[in-house]
Amino acid sequence: MNLLSEAIDWLFAAERLSGSSPVPLRIGEHLLYTFVAVLVAAVIAVPLGYLIGHTGRGRELAVGLSGAARALPSFGLIILLVLLVGVVRAPLAAVISFVILAIPSILAGAYAGFEAVDRRTIDAARAIGMTEWQILWKVEVPLGLPLLISGLRSAVLQVVATVTLAAYVGLGGLGLYIIAGLALRQFDQMLGAALLIAALALVLDALFAGLERVVVPAGVSVGRKGFRPTSNRRRAVMETSIESGRG
Amino acid sequence: MNWILDNLDLMLELTLQHIRLSLPPIILGFLISVPLGWVAYRFQLTRGFLLTVAGLLYTIPSLALFVILPPILGISFLSEINITIALTIYAVAILTRSVADALGSVDPAVRDCATAMGYGPWRRFWTVEFPLAGPVTLAGLRVAAVSTVSLVTVGILIGVQSLGYLFTNGLQRRILVEVFAGVVLVVLVALLIDALLAMAGRRLMPWAPRPRSSRRLALRGSAAPE
Repeated sequence: MNLLSEAIDWLFAAERLSGSSPVPLRIGEHLLYTFVAVLVAAVIAVPLGYLIGHTGRGRELAVGLSGAARALPSFGLIILLVLLVGVVRAPLAAVISFVILAIPSILAGAYAGFEAVDRRTIDAARAIGMTEWQILWKVEVPLGLPLLISGLRSAVLQVVATVTLAAYVGLGGLGLYIIAGLALRQFDQMLGAALLIAALALVLDALFAGLERVVVPAGVSVGRKGFRPTSNRRRAVMETSIESGRG
Repeated sequence: MNWILDNLDLMLELTLQHIRLSLPPIILGFLISVPLGWVAYRFQLTRGFLLTVAGLLYTIPSLALFVILPPILGISFLSEINITIALTIYAVAILTRSVADALGSVDPAVRDCATAMGYGPWRRFWTVEFPLAGPVTLAGLRVAAVSTVSLVTVGILIGVQSLGYLFTNGLQRRILVEVFAGVVLVVLVALLIDALLAMAGRRLMPWAPRPRSSRRLALRGSAAPE
């Protein structure tokens, strides 16, 4: 297809670096919005998820919340918040919506990480005289880290996808090329940007996949498959529930 | 409020259109991912490959996929079939993993029993393994269904009518109620399809574990001599 080579031409044209809308700037914006939103969401969701995971209370609430959030259309949420916060403050509204969308996956990752810890391990920690605080930091947090990272990974991908849509309300980012290209029927620009967005998402995904492996504590054999806290069936349901929708 | 009363017809029409766009990807996704999930479960070599490809496809943001697919498939950017194919890809990406996990969750002893009783692979799959894998598959199907319903709205950006119309039109005309109504209707459609799937699951699979307190389940899990 010619369009593909045109899109490649568009991507590597000199104007992509020097023009009024340079690609590096758009990538930077895209990453900045993603980073800020996921950071804020993590500050809120990780302590909450740990509290739920450690005490076992409020789990139904968290599960219900994640389920309901998945049904929430991200595009609609952005526009709703933009109209609520004010069109002039669209970036703030957009970031709030990214945070709302990122929280459920991180929350699920945090408490699922704790839940996946074998109860016998925790009983053993308690039996050798660890305080609750030590159990939290020396047992549950390290063992739960891979699932927390997996939750962060879902959140990052969700936000990258949603930032793309936020170009519609005047936010920068790579989605801008697609939204602008649609109006002008510039298909080479749209396809070039779409390939770039897909590549960005894949790179971030790979980065977090690597991180998930790195954080498995030494001594835990094959990470998640090493310890067997729950039946296979239950774990399958749990892992399915961490995956969340795309924006 | 007035906007809602004045536009009930529009809302109904868009809701029906939305449901019409949501169902094919869910159904097609399920039909495609059962054999794919089986292949991923049955053959270790293809498992890594299939699940990786599914994961990568699922990673691509929807708006980008809507733009990338048409030139590859030689269809129009603005066509409905574009949305249907893109959302089917997402559903397959979620469900292939679910089906593979679900088949893996079947107790090997039960599988061996069926083999010992003389079940061939085909009959064993359809009468023993697939039904027992049903509950986990259904959990994945519900996730796929809900996310499909929410993703259909993105189609409005490339001109495919759905409840997403209430978002773009509401922004242009600065009508908060219109956008809010759109969000609520999308969530309602998602919950409706989710509830129907859950109900169908209870009807068709009386052997599925009943929902019960998670902590009791966790305790039972650790007590099991598995």
